[in-house]
Amino acid sequence: MKVRVLVRLKPGILDVQGAAVQRALAGLGFGDVRGLRVGKLIEVEVAASDPAQARARVDEMCRRLLANTILEDYTIEAEGERLAPPGAVR
Amino acid sequence: MRFGVVVFPGTWSDCDFHYVISEVIRQPVKYVWHRDRDLTDLDCVVLPGGFSYGDYLRAGAVAGRSPVVEALPEFLSRGGLVLGSCNGFQILCEAGLLPGALMRNECLQYRCQSTQLLVDNVETPFTRALQRGQVLTMPISHGEGKYHADPETLRSLRQHNQVVFRYATAEGKVTRAANPNGSVENIAGIVNEEGTVLGLMPHPERAAESAMGGTDGLQIFHSLLGSLVEDGTFLKR
Repeated sequence: MKVRVLVRLKPGILDVQGAAVQRALAGLGFGDVRGLRVGKLIEVEVAASDPAQARARVDEMCRRLLANTILEDYTIEAEGERLAPPGAVR
Repeated sequence: MRFGVVVFPGTWSDCDFHYVISEVIRQPVKYVWHRDRDLTDLDCVVLPGGFSYGDYLRAGAVAGRSPVVEALPEFLSRGGLVLGSCNGFQILCEAGLLPGALMRNECLQYRCQSTQLLVDNVETPFTRALQRGQVLTMPISHGEGKYHADPETLRSLRQHNQVVFRYATAEGKVTRAANPNGSVENIAGIVNEEGTVLGLMPHPERAAESAMGGTDGLQIFHSLLGSLVEDGTFLKR
Protein backbone atom coordinates (compact mmCIF):
# COMPACT_ATOMS: atom_id res chain seq x y z
CA MET A 1 0.00 0.00 0.00
CA LYS A 2 1.30 3.45 -0.91
CA VAL A 3 1.39 6.06 1.81
CA ARG A 4 2.41 9.71 1.55
CA VAL A 5 3.83 11.65 4.47
CA LEU A 6 3.93 15.42 4.48
CA VAL A 7 6.46 16.80 6.95
CA ARG A 8 6.58 20.50 7.72
CA LEU A 9 8.07 22.85 10.27
CA LYS A 10 5.71 23.55 13.15
CA PRO A 11 3.82 26.84 12.98
CA GLY A 12 5.84 29.59 14.62
CA ILE A 13 9.22 28.06 13.83
CA LEU A 14 11.13 30.36 11.52
CA ASP A 15 11.58 28.77 8.09
CA VAL A 16 14.65 30.51 6.72
CA GLN A 17 14.62 28.31 3.63
CA GLY A 18 11.06 29.31 2.85
CA ALA A 19 11.92 32.97 3.39
CA ALA A 20 14.82 32.70 0.93
CA VAL A 21 12.61 31.06 -1.69
CA GLN A 22 10.00 33.77 -1.16
CA ARG A 23 12.66 36.46 -1.73
CA ALA A 24 13.79 34.69 -4.90
CA LEU A 25 10.21 34.63 -6.16
CA ALA A 26 9.91 38.35 -5.41
CA GLY A 27 13.02 38.85 -7.55
CA LEU A 28 11.21 37.07 -10.40
CA GLY A 29 8.32 39.48 -10.13
CA PHE A 30 6.16 37.46 -7.74
CA GLY A 31 5.96 40.21 -5.16
CA ASP A 32 2.40 39.12 -4.37
CA VAL A 33 3.61 36.08 -2.37
CA ARG A 34 2.45 36.64 1.20
CA GLY A 35 3.97 33.57 2.79
CA LEU A 36 5.96 30.51 1.80
CA ARG A 37 7.13 27.53 3.81
CA VAL A 38 9.11 24.56 2.56
CA GLY A 39 8.28 21.03 3.70
CA LYS A 40 9.05 17.49 2.67
CA LEU A 41 7.01 14.81 0.90
CA ILE A 42 7.95 11.21 1.69
CA GLU A 43 6.38 8.36 -0.28
CA VAL A 44 6.39 5.01 1.51
CA GLU A 45 5.25 1.68 0.10
CA VAL A 46 4.32 -0.58 3.00
CA ALA A 47 3.09 -4.16 3.10
CA ALA A 48 -0.32 -3.75 4.73
CA SER A 49 -3.79 -5.10 4.06
CA ASP A 50 -5.80 -1.94 4.76
CA PRO A 51 -5.25 1.83 5.03
CA ALA A 52 -5.68 1.86 8.82
CA GLN A 53 -2.90 -0.68 9.28
CA ALA A 54 -0.64 1.14 6.80
CA ARG A 55 -1.34 4.44 8.53
CA ALA A 56 -0.49 2.99 11.95
CA ARG A 57 2.84 1.61 10.71
CA VAL A 58 3.80 4.85 8.99
CA ASP A 59 2.76 6.87 12.04
CA GLU A 60 5.25 4.85 14.08
CA MET A 61 7.91 5.46 11.38
CA CYS A 62 7.23 9.19 11.62
CA ARG A 63 7.60 9.24 15.39
CA ARG A 64 10.80 7.19 15.32
CA LEU A 65 12.60 8.63 12.28
CA LEU A 66 10.76 10.39 9.48
CA ALA A 67 9.88 13.53 11.46
CA ASN A 68 11.63 15.33 14.30
CA THR A 69 8.60 16.21 16.40
CA ILE A 70 10.55 18.89 18.28
CA LEU A 71 10.58 20.91 15.05
CA GLU A 72 8.12 19.29 12.69
CA ASP A 73 4.48 18.23 12.30
CA TYR A 74 3.47 15.52 9.88
CA THR A 75 0.36 14.35 8.09
CA ILE A 76 -0.22 10.90 6.65
CA GLU A 77 -2.31 9.98 3.63
CA ALA A 78 -2.83 6.32 2.79
CA GLU A 79 -3.72 5.33 -0.79
CA GLY A 80 -7.17 6.54 -1.74
CA GLU A 81 -7.33 9.07 1.09
CA ARG A 82 -6.70 12.79 0.94
CA LEU A 83 -3.98 14.66 2.76
CA ALA A 84 -5.24 16.53 5.78
CA PRO A 85 -5.34 20.32 5.40
CA PRO A 86 -2.21 22.28 6.42
CA GLY A 87 -1.67 22.43 10.15
CA ALA A 88 -3.92 19.48 10.94
CA VAL A 89 -2.34 16.53 12.71
CA ARG A 90 -4.16 13.23 12.34
CA MET B 1 41.75 7.11 29.50
CA ARG B 2 40.49 4.99 26.61
CA PHE B 3 38.77 6.87 23.80
CA GLY B 4 36.67 5.57 20.93
CA VAL B 5 36.14 7.79 17.89
CA VAL B 6 33.01 6.80 15.99
CA VAL B 7 33.14 6.70 12.20
CA PHE B 8 29.93 6.95 10.19
CA PRO B 9 29.87 7.03 6.40
CA GLY B 10 30.43 10.75 5.79
CA THR B 11 32.21 11.61 9.06
CA TRP B 12 35.05 14.07 8.47
CA SER B 13 36.55 15.00 11.86
CA ASP B 14 37.38 11.44 12.94
CA CYS B 15 41.07 11.66 11.96
CA ASP B 16 41.42 15.07 13.66
CA PHE B 17 40.03 13.71 16.95
CA HIS B 18 42.15 10.57 16.64
CA TYR B 19 45.26 12.70 16.04
CA VAL B 20 44.64 15.01 19.01
CA ILE B 21 43.93 12.11 21.37
CA SER B 22 46.87 9.95 20.27
CA GLU B 23 49.50 12.61 19.47
CA VAL B 24 48.63 15.64 21.60
CA ILE B 25 47.15 14.29 24.83
CA ARG B 26 48.74 10.86 24.22
CA GLN B 27 45.93 8.61 25.30
CA PRO B 28 44.84 5.24 23.89
CA VAL B 29 42.29 5.66 21.11
CA LYS B 30 40.63 3.53 18.47
CA TYR B 31 38.11 4.04 15.73
CA VAL B 32 34.65 2.57 16.28
CA TRP B 33 32.63 1.68 13.18
CA HIS B 34 29.00 2.81 13.24
CA ARG B 35 27.76 -0.77 13.12
CA ASP B 36 29.68 -1.76 16.27
CA ARG B 37 27.75 -2.11 19.49
CA ASP B 38 30.64 -3.23 21.66
CA LEU B 39 31.95 -0.29 23.70
CA THR B 40 33.11 -2.31 26.69
CA ASP B 41 36.78 -1.29 26.65
CA LEU B 42 36.16 2.47 26.39
CA ASP B 43 35.86 5.35 28.88
CA CYS B 44 34.82 8.09 26.44
CA VAL B 45 33.06 7.81 23.09
CA VAL B 46 33.51 10.71 20.65
CA LEU B 47 30.96 11.45 17.91
CA PRO B 48 32.90 13.68 15.50
CA GLY B 49 31.70 16.22 12.97
CA GLY B 50 30.89 15.61 9.34
CA PHE B 51 27.88 14.65 7.28
CA SER B 52 26.92 11.22 8.56
CA TYR B 53 24.85 9.32 5.99
CA GLY B 54 25.00 12.46 3.86
CA ASP B 55 22.77 14.18 6.45
CA TYR B 56 19.89 12.65 4.48
CA LEU B 57 16.41 13.35 5.87
CA ARG B 58 17.83 15.67 8.59
CA ALA B 59 21.34 16.30 9.93
CA GLY B 60 22.16 13.38 12.23
CA ALA B 61 18.77 11.69 11.78
CA VAL B 62 19.93 8.37 10.33
CA ALA B 63 23.10 8.22 12.46
CA GLY B 64 20.95 8.86 15.54
CA ARG B 65 19.34 5.43 14.99
CA SER B 66 22.56 3.53 14.16
CA PRO B 67 23.78 0.49 16.14
CA VAL B 68 26.63 2.36 17.86
CA VAL B 69 24.31 5.16 19.01
CA GLU B 70 21.74 2.62 20.21
CA ALA B 71 24.53 1.16 22.39
CA LEU B 72 25.24 4.52 24.08
CA PRO B 73 22.56 4.42 26.84
CA GLU B 74 24.00 1.15 28.14
CA PHE B 75 27.55 2.56 27.84
CA LEU B 76 26.47 5.62 29.84
CA SER B 77 24.77 3.48 32.48
CA ARG B 78 28.11 1.74 33.01
CA GLY B 79 29.75 5.12 33.75
CA GLY B 80 30.99 6.10 30.28
CA LEU B 81 31.18 9.62 28.88
CA VAL B 82 30.05 10.80 25.43
CA LEU B 83 31.33 13.87 23.58
CA GLY B 84 29.59 14.95 20.37
CA SER B 85 30.92 17.84 18.31
CA CYS B 86 29.16 19.45 15.35
CA ASN B 87 27.42 16.59 13.53
CA GLY B 88 27.98 14.62 16.76
CA PHE B 89 25.83 17.18 18.63
CA GLN B 90 23.14 16.89 15.94
CA ILE B 91 23.24 13.09 16.27
CA LEU B 92 22.92 13.22 20.08
CA CYS B 93 19.85 15.47 19.81
CA GLU B 94 18.30 13.28 17.11
CA ALA B 95 18.91 10.22 19.30
CA GLY B 96 17.19 11.90 22.25
CA LEU B 97 20.35 11.73 24.39
CA LEU B 98 20.32 15.53 24.57
CA PRO B 99 17.22 17.74 24.58
CA GLY B 100 16.31 20.10 21.73
CA ALA B 101 17.23 20.07 18.06
CA LEU B 102 19.60 21.75 15.60
CA MET B 103 18.25 23.42 12.52
CA ARG B 104 19.43 25.43 9.53
CA ASN B 105 21.46 28.54 10.41
CA GLU B 106 19.29 31.63 10.57
CA CYS B 107 21.68 33.46 8.20
CA LEU B 108 21.25 30.58 5.68
CA GLN B 109 25.04 30.56 5.23
CA TYR B 110 27.38 27.74 5.97
CA ARG B 111 29.56 29.32 8.67
CA CYS B 112 33.23 28.34 8.88
CA GLN B 113 34.82 30.79 11.29
CA SER B 114 36.36 31.31 14.69
CA THR B 115 33.93 31.81 17.59
CA GLN B 116 34.26 32.93 21.20
CA LEU B 117 32.53 30.76 23.76
CA LEU B 118 31.51 31.87 27.23
CA VAL B 119 31.92 29.02 29.72
CA ASP B 120 28.69 28.77 31.73
CA ASN B 121 29.12 25.49 33.57
CA VAL B 122 32.35 24.04 34.94
CA GLU B 123 30.67 21.30 36.95
CA THR B 124 30.99 18.66 34.25
CA PRO B 125 33.76 16.16 33.44
CA PHE B 126 34.27 18.06 30.18
CA THR B 127 34.79 21.50 31.71
CA ARG B 128 36.12 21.05 35.23
CA ALA B 129 39.57 22.43 34.25
CA LEU B 130 37.89 25.69 33.14
CA GLN B 131 36.71 28.77 35.03
CA ARG B 132 33.12 29.98 34.92
CA GLY B 133 32.99 33.14 32.81
CA GLN B 134 36.13 32.22 30.91
CA VAL B 135 36.06 32.81 27.13
CA LEU B 136 37.40 30.12 24.80
CA THR B 137 38.17 30.50 21.11
CA MET B 138 37.18 27.57 18.91
CA PRO B 139 36.16 27.27 15.26
CA ILE B 140 32.74 26.32 13.97
CA SER B 141 32.02 24.80 10.57
CA HIS B 142 28.36 24.09 9.93
CA GLY B 143 25.21 24.99 8.03
CA GLU B 144 22.75 23.58 10.57
CA GLY B 145 23.81 24.68 14.02
CA LYS B 146 20.93 26.79 15.20
CA TYR B 147 19.97 25.27 18.53
CA HIS B 148 16.23 25.12 19.13
CA ALA B 149 14.32 24.13 22.24
CA ASP B 150 10.80 24.98 23.39
CA PRO B 151 10.36 27.29 26.43
CA GLU B 152 9.74 24.35 28.78
CA THR B 153 12.94 22.62 27.68
CA LEU B 154 14.88 25.87 28.05
CA ARG B 155 13.57 26.27 31.60
CA SER B 156 14.65 22.73 32.39
CA LEU B 157 18.11 23.34 30.87
CA ARG B 158 18.55 26.39 33.10
CA GLN B 159 17.16 24.65 36.17
CA HIS B 160 19.61 21.76 35.80
CA ASN B 161 22.53 23.97 34.79
CA GLN B 162 22.87 22.16 31.46
CA VAL B 163 24.01 25.03 29.25
CA VAL B 164 27.79 24.75 29.05
CA PHE B 165 28.88 27.12 26.26
CA ARG B 166 27.31 30.25 24.77
CA TYR B 167 28.49 32.24 21.76
CA ALA B 168 29.85 35.53 23.09
CA THR B 169 32.15 38.42 22.34
CA ALA B 170 35.85 38.25 23.23
CA GLU B 171 34.90 40.10 26.44
CA GLY B 172 32.36 37.41 27.32
CA LYS B 173 29.21 39.39 26.46
CA VAL B 174 26.39 37.25 25.10
CA THR B 175 25.15 39.39 22.21
CA ARG B 176 23.10 38.90 19.08
CA ALA B 177 26.10 39.92 16.95
CA ALA B 178 28.25 37.21 18.53
CA ASN B 179 25.70 34.53 17.60
CA PRO B 180 26.81 32.98 14.29
CA ASN B 181 23.76 30.82 13.59
CA GLY B 182 20.73 32.17 15.46
CA SER B 183 20.83 29.65 18.31
CA VAL B 184 18.29 30.35 21.04
CA GLU B 185 19.97 32.12 23.98
CA ASN B 186 23.28 31.87 22.04
CA ILE B 187 23.57 28.22 23.09
CA ALA B 188 26.65 26.54 21.61
CA GLY B 189 26.89 23.47 23.84
CA ILE B 190 24.85 21.59 26.44
CA VAL B 191 25.12 18.53 28.67
CA ASN B 192 22.48 16.01 29.72
CA GLU B 193 21.07 16.23 33.24
CA GLU B 194 23.71 13.83 34.57
CA GLY B 195 26.53 15.83 32.96
CA THR B 196 27.88 12.74 31.20
CA VAL B 197 26.98 13.68 27.61
CA LEU B 198 28.32 16.90 26.06
CA GLY B 199 27.16 18.18 22.69
CA LEU B 200 28.64 21.30 21.14
CA MET B 201 28.69 22.77 17.64
CA PRO B 202 32.29 24.11 17.84
CA HIS B 203 35.29 21.92 17.10
CA PRO B 204 37.64 21.45 20.11
CA GLU B 205 39.79 19.09 18.03
CA ARG B 206 40.57 21.94 15.63
CA ALA B 207 41.92 24.14 18.43
CA ALA B 208 44.38 21.79 20.06
CA GLU B 209 47.84 22.89 18.90
CA SER B 210 49.30 26.37 18.49
CA ALA B 211 49.95 25.56 14.82
CA MET B 212 46.16 25.32 14.41
CA GLY B 213 45.80 28.88 15.65
CA GLY B 214 44.89 28.11 19.25
CA THR B 215 44.79 25.50 21.97
CA ASP B 216 41.57 26.34 23.83
CA GLY B 217 39.92 23.14 22.67
CA LEU B 218 42.57 21.14 24.51
CA GLN B 219 41.08 22.28 27.80
CA ILE B 220 38.09 20.03 27.20
CA PHE B 221 40.42 17.06 26.79
CA HIS B 222 42.41 18.11 29.87
CA SER B 223 39.19 18.37 31.86
CA LEU B 224 38.31 14.84 30.84
CA LEU B 225 41.71 13.49 31.89
CA GLY B 226 41.46 15.35 35.19
CA SER B 227 38.05 13.90 35.92
CA LEU B 228 39.17 10.29 35.68
CA VAL B 229 39.85 8.91 39.15
CA GLU B 230 41.86 5.89 40.15
CA ASP B 231 39.08 3.32 40.21
CA GLY B 232 38.22 4.09 36.59
CA THR B 233 35.11 6.14 37.38
CA PHE B 234 34.65 9.85 36.71
CA LEU B 235 34.17 12.85 38.91
CA LYS B 236 30.85 14.12 37.68
CA ARG B 237 30.97 17.43 39.50
